[in-house]
Amino acid sequence: MADNVFIAFQNNAEAQPIIEAILEDNPAAVANESPGMVKIDCPGRLVVRRETVEEKMGRDFDLQEMHINLISLGGNIDEDDDEFVIAWNT
Amino acid sequence: MAKAKRLGLKERYSLMTRGLDWETTYQPMDEVFPYDKYEGIKIIDWDKWEDPFRLTMESYWKYQSEKERKLYAILDAFQQNNGQLNISDARYMNAVKLWLQGITPLEYAAHRGFAHAGRAFRGAGARVACQMQSIDELRHAQTQLHAFSHYNKFFNGMHGFAHLRDRAWYLSIPKSFFEDAMSAGPFEFVTSISFAFEYVLTNLLFMPFVSGAAYNGDMATTTFGFSAQSDESRHMTLGLEVVKFMLEQHEDNVPIVQAWLDKWFWRGYRLLGLVGTMMDYMLPKKVMSWKEAWEIYWEENGIALFHDLSRYGIRLPKYHEVATKEKTRVTHELWATLYQYGNALGLHTWVPEDEELDWMSEKYGDLFDTMYRPRLLFLREQEQAGNRYFNNRLPMVCQVCQIPVFYTEPDDPQKQCVRIVEWADTKHHCCSDGCADIFNREPEKFVQSLIPPQQIYRGDAGGARDIFEYAEWLHLKKDIDTGEYNGSPDHQNWEAWQSQQPTPQANSDEAA
Amino acid sequence: MTIDLKTTSIDPVRKTFDHIAEKLGPDKAATRYQEAVWGLQPIVNQHYRPTWDPTKTLYDPSRTAVVMEDFDDLIDPRQYYYGTWTIQRGKQQDSQEKNFKFVESRGLMDGMEAAWKDKIRRLIVPLRHVAWAANTNNSYIAAYGFGAPITSAASLQTMDQLGIAQYITRIGLILADNDPTALDDAKALWLDDDMWQPMRALVEEAMVTKDWFELHVLQNLLIDGALHPLMFDKFDAAVTQHGGAAYSMMNEFTIEWFAEASRWADAVIKRCAQESPANKTHIEGWIAKWMPRIQGALKPLSDAAFDGEGSVALDEVVDRLMTRAGKAGLDV
Repeated sequence: MADNVFIAFQNNAEAQPIIEAILEDNPAAVANESPGMVKIDCPGRLVVRRETVEEKMGRDFDLQEMHINLISLGGNIDEDDDEFVIAWNT
Repeated sequence: MAKAKRLGLKERYSLMTRGLDWETTYQPMDEVFPYDKYEGIKIIDWDKWEDPFRLTMESYWKYQSEKERKLYAILDAFQQNNGQLNISDARYMNAVKLWLQGITPLEYAAHRGFAHAGRAFRGAGARVACQMQSIDELRHAQTQLHAFSHYNKFFNGMHGFAHLRDRAWYLSIPKSFFEDAMSAGPFEFVTSISFAFEYVLTNLLFMPFVSGAAYNGDMATTTFGFSAQSDESRHMTLGLEVVKFMLEQHEDNVPIVQAWLDKWFWRGYRLLGLVGTMMDYMLPKKVMSWKEAWEIYWEENGIALFHDLSRYGIRLPKYHEVATKEKTRVTHELWATLYQYGNALGLHTWVPEDEELDWMSEKYGDLFDTMYRPRLLFLREQEQAGNRYFNNRLPMVCQVCQIPVFYTEPDDPQKQCVRIVEWADTKHHCCSDGCADIFNREPEKFVQSLIPPQQIYRGDAGGARDIFEYAEWLHLKKDIDTGEYNGSPDHQNWEAWQSQQPTPQANSDEAA
Repeated sequence: MTIDLKTTSIDPVRKTFDHIAEKLGPDKAATRYQEAVWGLQPIVNQHYRPTWDPTKTLYDPSRTAVVMEDFDDLIDPRQYYYGTWTIQRGKQQDSQEKNFKFVESRGLMDGMEAAWKDKIRRLIVPLRHVAWAANTNNSYIAAYGFGAPITSAASLQTMDQLGIAQYITRIGLILADNDPTALDDAKALWLDDDMWQPMRALVEEAMVTKDWFELHVLQNLLIDGALHPLMFDKFDAAVTQHGGAAYSMMNEFTIEWFAEASRWADAVIKRCAQESPANKTHIEGWIAKWMPRIQGALKPLSDAAFDGEGSVALDEVVDRLMTRAGKAGLDV
């Protein structure tokens, strides 16, 4: 099985819709909670899709807004206006 | 007139930054950028540099100001409401003391180191990324000082951190680590700090430890800690990009980068032993053991990263298996070191309570029960009999990581691990094969290490002749800043404050 | 959670850190600015010589000719630490963004006289490279300066100059309906056009200047102090008279910024000159050394910007700059 990539957010109201969107768009993703934060692990590749986050938030969302509540991540990043992808190349 | 073409994120960023630099002709490029070639890293095309986050200054100011507004609003509320009373127990404060004395100064050092790299690289994209990191690191130093400033008004040990930082034996561990990185060239610096330290290892500091701060009711540290970590994810990504960039530019770069990864993995691991000790011993309410954190953030996430780099011919860092072998021991051995040298520490040490020992038994199993628990119980007995143990002799310190040479052999937890290295007819001591290798690769550098016990013997520590005079020279007040926690003024104040108010319930109880 | 406290008995045991108290005097409360910069840089017990310059220590006061008893005295009158700085810039960015959107969405630049649009392309857009040089030079001060007050402020200045370079870039793109060749054309002028060569030679020489305080005087007092009033303030006013009110909106940040950043540049130089006659002599020497070069670099730009009145405009700007230097206690 591919190695996990991960992304972690502060566990707060602003990050909630982002977390929900990620779990919806990445069926293999698993969320692990610890005090103050949520870490999402996913084998091989994980995508944050702007449209899904916008649906959850009910407003326009710029993927760079993620920085405000982002805690950490592991994997290679590729970002454009619509998607933020974390992946291992192997 | 035709409607203006809309620019996507990638295109827009590339226009905003990349075209800004030029090949100088009135001054030779090698004089404008004198420091980016001597390490032997070959760069064929700087334009191949990729900025994964593509933050223009407009976006940077927009998002960073929002983070900062939130952070200072919380710090203000924390200070106005005596937030220090919400922590789980005053023993917790000692983790904060160690952070302020040992980690906050590294943030300033990082600010300077990245300013150096942000001036040194001739590629504009790399330079901007380093400059942004330089001010982020400044942010971390300053937000930490502002968060801790309030604690300093109520607890001891923090007041003289700036004096202590440059003189205390145990703070020579983080200081020499960072000065080692800063005195290297810009490529090694970025590899050491952004990649080996931040990508591979600081998740261990900012994720489980800060989560632990949340669990122990420390709103100030939780807030700046997670907020800083959001910058950290940019920095980690810079680290990975710089490593991939070097590896993709020229095959001759591969062995150089591998040697740096070997060195800095071990250097970082040794430094993080202090963080592990904070997690296991200084958090009265525990979130995750060092062993568990090592398993998640190194054995799973860290190794995944190295798998990804294997296509460039990069292998796992040397001695990673030793670090994994030591995961059940390192924090217990280091706590024992800190405990016994308590007369020259700007923080308190203690024997954990029974409940905590049970937690350690559960997390660490047999080895803890046979080796460390009996020792801790013995120390507690001695303390209760009025005979608190202190080692007042000066320790032998590793020439590389500067930790007293008290760790044990990788395959024998009962045998002290000592390696003797030699250069220019002088013998030096190292704590491990990892540190000995680092010494042997750059002996000219590591003979320069300032070793506090040796400085004391030479009279370079204000003429101090023993550990007590040394502590005085460090501006540590005996038994107020130093020594045993039980009965200390911090302990007494805490009890007094607690007795005049209903015990606050940390919100995080439910999160257990 | 509610806590009912008898707060009177929870008294602080001290007001601030020792090193701050030493500098402030006993029993004074410290500001966040003071706690954020003072004493932050180590001075003693540095472990290894930098491999990139083994003649010096990592933090070495001898990287400049000026001498201070305590480099922590070179404070920023704006009292900027990262938090106050970034919150202020966030506000300005917000307002600047609205200006750009307003200009773009209403096509306000379309109505400007073609000759003046062309002037902006030739005279303003290449200044993104000058701002980039200013970024490079301030990152030098941040890297090799001595003491956190100067390195902290210089790194904020580094990023401000990058922001200015990017705002100028946006103006260039707006003028060209986002056609990136506009930037290439400006860069070609910067690299090859005779009008720009004295300026490029000057900033390249600044980029190899080794004394960081000299570089501060050169970049933050002299180059900016002449360039900004001339090419942003005065030229902006001229453009406004030719249907360019919208253009002026796009310079809001840069013009505001210059007034603010000058306060920092001047205060640092003033304090340093006060420290000793030797420092003052060094600073005056640097001004005498560089001023003719700066005038030479700006002359062709001024001539092109202010038809027939280039010399007058430049002289005015230089006079203003020398008045500033005089107020900083220098005899120039």
